Amino acid sequence: MTAAANSKAIEKVPTGISSFDIIAKGGLPRNRTTLISGTAGSGKTIFAVQFLAAGIANGVPGVFVTFEESAEDIKKNMFSFGWDLAKWEADGKLAFVDASPDPHIETVEAGSFDLSALLARVQNAVRKVKAERVAVDSLGAVFSQFSDQSMVRSELFRIASALKAIGVTAVLTAERVDDYGPIARFGVEEFIADNVMILRNVLEDENRRRTIEILKFRGCDHQKGEYPFTIVPDGGVIVIPLSAMQLSMKSSTVRISSGNTALDEMCGGGLFRDSVTLVSGATGTGKTLTVAQFLHGGSRDGERCLLLAFEESRDQLFRNATGWGFDFEQMEKHGLLRVVCDYPDVSGLEDWLVTIQATINDFKPQRVALDSLSALEHVGSSKAFREFVIGLTSFIKHEEITGLFTSTTGSLMGGDSITESHISTLTDSIILLRYVEMFGEMKRGLTVLKMRGSWHDKAIREFTIDKGGMIMGRPFANVTGILAGAPVHVSPADLERVWGQIGASHDDAPKAPVT
Amino acid sequence: MSKYLLRLFVTGESTRSGTAIANLRRICEQELAGVYDLEIIDVLEFPELAEEAKILATPTLIKSLPPPLRRVIGDLSDKEKVLLGLQVQPKQDSTDTSEGSQ
Repeated sequence: MTAAANSKAIEKVPTGISSFDIIAKGGLPRNRTTLISGTAGSGKTIFAVQFLAAGIANGVPGVFVTFEESAEDIKKNMFSFGWDLAKWEADGKLAFVDASPDPHIETVEAGSFDLSALLARVQNAVRKVKAERVAVDSLGAVFSQFSDQSMVRSELFRIASALKAIGVTAVLTAERVDDYGPIARFGVEEFIADNVMILRNVLEDENRRRTIEILKFRGCDHQKGEYPFTIVPDGGVIVIPLSAMQLSMKSSTVRISSGNTALDEMCGGGLFRDSVTLVSGATGTGKTLTVAQFLHGGSRDGERCLLLAFEESRDQLFRNATGWGFDFEQMEKHGLLRVVCDYPDVSGLEDWLVTIQATINDFKPQRVALDSLSALEHVGSSKAFREFVIGLTSFIKHEEITGLFTSTTGSLMGGDSITESHISTLTDSIILLRYVEMFGEMKRGLTVLKMRGSWHDKAIREFTIDKGGMIMGRPFANVTGILAGAPVHVSPADLERVWGQIGASHDDAPKAPVT
Repeated sequence: MSKYLLRLFVTGESTRSGTAIANLRRICEQELAGVYDLEIIDVLEFPELAEEAKILATPTLIKSLPPPLRRVIGDLSDKEKVLLGLQVQPKQDSTDTSEGSQ
């Protein structure tokens, strides 16, 4: 089905929850009811209120029908998200239908009844504020107020149909027992099953992972599968639309300096403007130095740089940078550097992603360095980590920011890390820093393993670190097996013979050391 | 005997509304003759009053006086339950049969 055919069939209402609209391919189907099902604490009420809040922000009034918490409680709880429901109510943009049970009033059932009064109240509220959006929270709570469940079910069906008839777009929440099980309690999905969305809050390796899934949008298209989301204090639900984000990536041919001329040459003239580079190496090989010179190079060209540091304290970082001849304090003073220094464990990966995006949106840097990804690796499950890296790389590429991430390898010599195997395909360039043991001495080696869309130096070069930072040296000639972690010396004659046999161009062959 | 203040919320001219009104009038005449005030409110006409009183179901009978506030929902065909809800002791053993279905 084409997008044009879809839009003709059923129009979508952009919810205003921008990241959600991406996975919903435009928003919620207009004049339809959408069931939001989730376990306790999965964020149903927040989503429902946010749906109204986003509407009100765009001048679309709404009605909130609450069966569970009192209207007063909802107002209080939602204020922390920056949603002033009481003010909207006073301004006539929002109406409440408070159908929460009053524990102080005893109720006796004496004969048959229906929920016409509730329907009359909802219709009245919609008329009063000219609402186009209605949120009902939550359906399960109605069942607990009355003994006749089949009556409640048929009455809710009547209300859902009435909502469609008066032309509003509605979200109805329902609770479910398990994150992976029947859609909702009381079989409520059956009477409003036009559209079904599921919010999950799963405990995974001692970490909570929230996901949103659109199970069905009757008659229209949507992204499939679970998307991670987080709930932030001043914004509510933020969905992380992974697959959708990658579609909009551009590709730049502009080169920028890595901060080290020799490294730029090895990369074929510098890093690409909107590329993400992974610097991998064991502890002490010079990853943070690579980051520091990357930032210094940026500020030298008048670019704003953001450093996300998860391994070292601010003081440590600044001291080290001074040791390499970079004045971070001066850069900060000129507004060219911002350093975010924190323990990786203070929040989940989804929250980190949102925090980092907010910082980027605020500071608008041209360069972002993250030291190191490995420190974040254990904050969430491996799936969550991969999603974090996808989310971050696609975001900074989209913003045309140059990214430099570091990753720590487990073994001192050679080897790779979990981080690398997870994300190497997501990065445009990979620079390896390795220890090379030669004649009883540890030397440092650097190689550009991958440089997407460009020629690059294939040699493994020796480098040293001094007060001026990274000093690039000659390639390790006559040595093989560096990356495997077992360097073996080969005689120049053997080397010539090997290169001759495979017919490699002289360019690619390591040059013999000039002695 | 203190005065009973009763409000009955109904929906329009439905059969159930009629049944509830008839049932309530009869019960009141039998048990509360002379000591009650009854107000009948149509929620379709006055939805704001239903909002104020937080009414979900119709018919709903509210006894606001004497305290405490009590609610009885349904077409009031079960007289015993109505009296229980209103906290009224029946005058004699109930022998009449109520209208409406249960």
